[in-house]
Amino acid sequence: MTILIAILVFGLISALFGALLGYASVRFKVDADPIVEQIDAILPQTQCGQCGYPGCKPYAQAVADGEAINKCAPGGEDTIKKIADLMGVEAEPLDESHEQDNRPKVAFIIEEDCIGCTKCIQACPVDAILGAAKQMHTIIADECTGCDLCVAPCPVDCIEMRVVPETTQNWLWDLNSIPVQQID
Amino acid sequence: MESIINRINQQKFWSFHGGVHPPEQKAITNQKPIKTLSLPDQLIIPLQQHIGRQGDLLVKVGDHVLKGQPLTQSANPMAVPIHAPTSGKVADIKHSVIAHPSGFTELCIFLEVDHQDTWVKRTPCNDITRLSNQEIIQKIADAGIAGMGGAGFPTHIKVNTKPDINFLIINAAECEPYITADDLLMCEHSESIVDGIKILDQLLSPAFILIGIEDNKPKAIDALKKATAEIEKIHVCVLPTKYPTGGEKQLIQLLTGKEIKSGNLPIKEGIIMQNVATCFAISEAVIHDTPLLQRVVTVTGQALEKPQNVWALLGTPIHYLLNQCGFDNKGMEKTPVIMGGPMMGFSLPTDTVPVVKTTNCILAPSYKEMPSAFEGSSAEVECIRCGQCADVCPTNLLPQELQWSAKAKDYPQLKKLNLSDCIDCGACAYVCPSHIPLVQYYRVAKAEIRQQQQQEIKAEKAKARFEARKQRLEKEKIARELKHKKAAEARKAAMNKSTPEAAEAKSAVAAALARVKAKKAASQKSSENTASTQASEETTIQDNKKAQVAAAIARAKAKKQEKIAPQESSSSAENESVKDDKKAKIAAAVAKAKAKKEQNKAAESEPEQAKASTSADKKANAIAKAKAKALAKKTASNNSDDSSKEQKAPLDKEAKKAAAIAKAKAKAKAKALAKKDKASDVKNNSQDDSQISNDNDNQDISQTGTPDKVKDSSDKDTKKAAIIAKAKAKAKALAKKQLASESASEESQMIEQQKGAK
Repeated sequence: MTILIAILVFGLISALFGALLGYASVRFKVDADPIVEQIDAILPQTQCGQCGYPGCKPYAQAVADGEAINKCAPGGEDTIKKIADLMGVEAEPLDESHEQDNRPKVAFIIEEDCIGCTKCIQACPVDAILGAAKQMHTIIADECTGCDLCVAPCPVDCIEMRVVPETTQNWLWDLNSIPVQQID
Repeated sequence: MESIINRINQQKFWSFHGGVHPPEQKAITNQKPIKTLSLPDQLIIPLQQHIGRQGDLLVKVGDHVLKGQPLTQSANPMAVPIHAPTSGKVADIKHSVIAHPSGFTELCIFLEVDHQDTWVKRTPCNDITRLSNQEIIQKIADAGIAGMGGAGFPTHIKVNTKPDINFLIINAAECEPYITADDLLMCEHSESIVDGIKILDQLLSPAFILIGIEDNKPKAIDALKKATAEIEKIHVCVLPTKYPTGGEKQLIQLLTGKEIKSGNLPIKEGIIMQNVATCFAISEAVIHDTPLLQRVVTVTGQALEKPQNVWALLGTPIHYLLNQCGFDNKGMEKTPVIMGGPMMGFSLPTDTVPVVKTTNCILAPSYKEMPSAFEGSSAEVECIRCGQCADVCPTNLLPQELQWSAKAKDYPQLKKLNLSDCIDCGACAYVCPSHIPLVQYYRVAKAEIRQQQQQEIKAEKAKARFEARKQRLEKEKIARELKHKKAAEARKAAMNKSTPEAAEAKSAVAAALARVKAKKAASQKSSENTASTQASEETTIQDNKKAQVAAAIARAKAKKQEKIAPQESSSSAENESVKDDKKAKIAAAVAKAKAKKEQNKAAESEPEQAKASTSADKKANAIAKAKAKALAKKTASNNSDDSSKEQKAPLDKEAKKAAAIAKAKAKAKAKALAKKDKASDVKNNSQDDSQISNDNDNQDISQTGTPDKVKDSSDKDTKKAAIIAKAKAKAKALAKKQLASESASEESQMIEQQKGAK
């Protein structure tokens, strides 16, 4: 008899918890994979496509699906390290094919050479180029992510990437590299 | 509030944590009057001398300017104008090293002094009570006054607030060693300073005005007390000497006992602080209509023979000041010159740097006085965890912890340790027995944190723009599809009607169908053959060309018939010849587009194991040549086809040009192909279906799309072709030598026009 009661009680308890867990799994279901959002937040959002994916979000999705984490050239080592921390994998050096200098750059249109073909406007992932057909185009420097995507489509090679100059506004207090001034 | 005033009346003040007592060294200069220097020959006036933005230039090289004449202006409230400190000629406007620890150059106006010192017309104001607040603020803004204590915040913004102000605190502490500029200013110009305080009183109407001054300036205290004796509102508060009493939050805590929370501004507590020198500048600006042209600078240090305070015009080069004060180099290789005090100042990169609005001290120490300035940071040794830095930190931070985190670049931890509350006072570095330049580490970390924050903001913005663009493209795509659908339906409806136009359209459709069939057969052939060797590929292409030529001829004929039918009666002989010419051109253009498509297809379907870019190059060249040949042939055949008399010269030209264009294009293609080959195969494959693909694909899509669009409707076709032909005629008018660049522009024009026609 006592054994029967014990079985009954435990059976009831397990059924209760089972129902509770089952309800919770339905009620608090997570729709999207939050890891994609997290990776996307780490990526620099230049939308440059150098990773082989059309934008940062698709690459974030790919990384979540097991793609290599070392393909973000604009993010560099920092980004790789952060993704490695997040994903719990070893940080790897930047993909060899992407090795490039990581200084912030901004596109610049040599305006006298521009023929107004609008090809760069179509290529810009963040709509940072202003212009119309047969009118001179120009870069909105504040919006430019320096992704390099507008350089290749230009038929007259009038777009170049210029390194953002160091000024007193963005100086990082590097006292050791003070430029030597010639006093005349 | 009452209790605060009671305590102030009893001269009992609060205190702040930490602080240090470095040797004051003020006696070197505080007994001598402020000297007015003779005018230097040249002034270097940086456009930006404060926090905020620089204004736009009002003068150009060669202009003669008068003393007090504004040199810049701006609608931006964060911009403060600068003025000509004396009369003279603008000799140059160029980048020059500015008073900044980085030693960077910024835009400066070089003023050649004419030693006349001619003023612009001024309108002094005798009764300030008649001025409205807005007028006073405007005067302050026009005078270019920025906080003269060191930070250089635009004063007109600081005084243009209207919450209830409890305390106006005048900062006369001047706590940093060596500096006596404010001290002497108070001794000699206490009346003007009090006038300035009265103006601020009128503007802000605070409940109390407190002047905070350290007890090491007895003369200044006497002068201020005398000048303010009749004004009950103003309390002169004498504070014990301790560094950094003059820090904004420290002085507030000392005088009112209130601690300003991290990240808050004093204005939130109803407190506004102004420097004494700023008060003096305000009185000069409002009452005497004198903009900020000069300031008191303490030129001191044991490397000088005559250390003293001087009235220095803004823009005076430092070497001029040093020479006037008997700078003794003593054959040293490089004597360090420090701008600002010994605690918070920075070594100047060169002595051509000019005096700016925030320069209060120039310090030229001897080696005995300040060996660290000569040796640099080489004396740094390991931290011994003595904790003295935490004892002296006036903001209650943990400098040692901050140092570890700053070295490790652990920015989240630095934020947790409230690095942003550090006021860079240097007390920790002063007491450090290991000579660790702590403040330098904090500055680097602060700058990097700031940059990171800016990058995050930028990334957020870029993401939003990217998403917006994606949405827009999607919308456009849907709209386009809808439009095509509608157009197709309209066409169908028109075809079902039995009118002569419909019959005409039907014949056009039949022609188009025949064309499509021919093309399909050709493309099948080509796709079969692509896997085989290069030679066979070439022949296929030639086959394609032949099929295309045939199709083009058929099309041209159909078009001709269709065109002749309605226009037969009206057209004259001359008209006809022009028309034929045009038609031939149209056919050529269409054929070109087709050839291009074919070529692209060939390039795309190129087997993936294609060894290197060289083969692609060769192929592209061959294709181009074939294309050029086909073009020439086509124009010729069209020529003979047309029964009317033709001018052969323009056609020949046309053929030549087309060949050149084709060649140029082939070159570009070859380049692109080479690039493509370098990229991985994965990329190649993904390009086709990706929205953001490289230029090759964009071009391909637009060009392969062209013939389809051409087929769309014969009416449109002719119209479009006419436009293209027009563009060509225009291009022909251009010189032949520009062919290379022309080809590019023409191509783009074509694309544009096709889009427009669509």
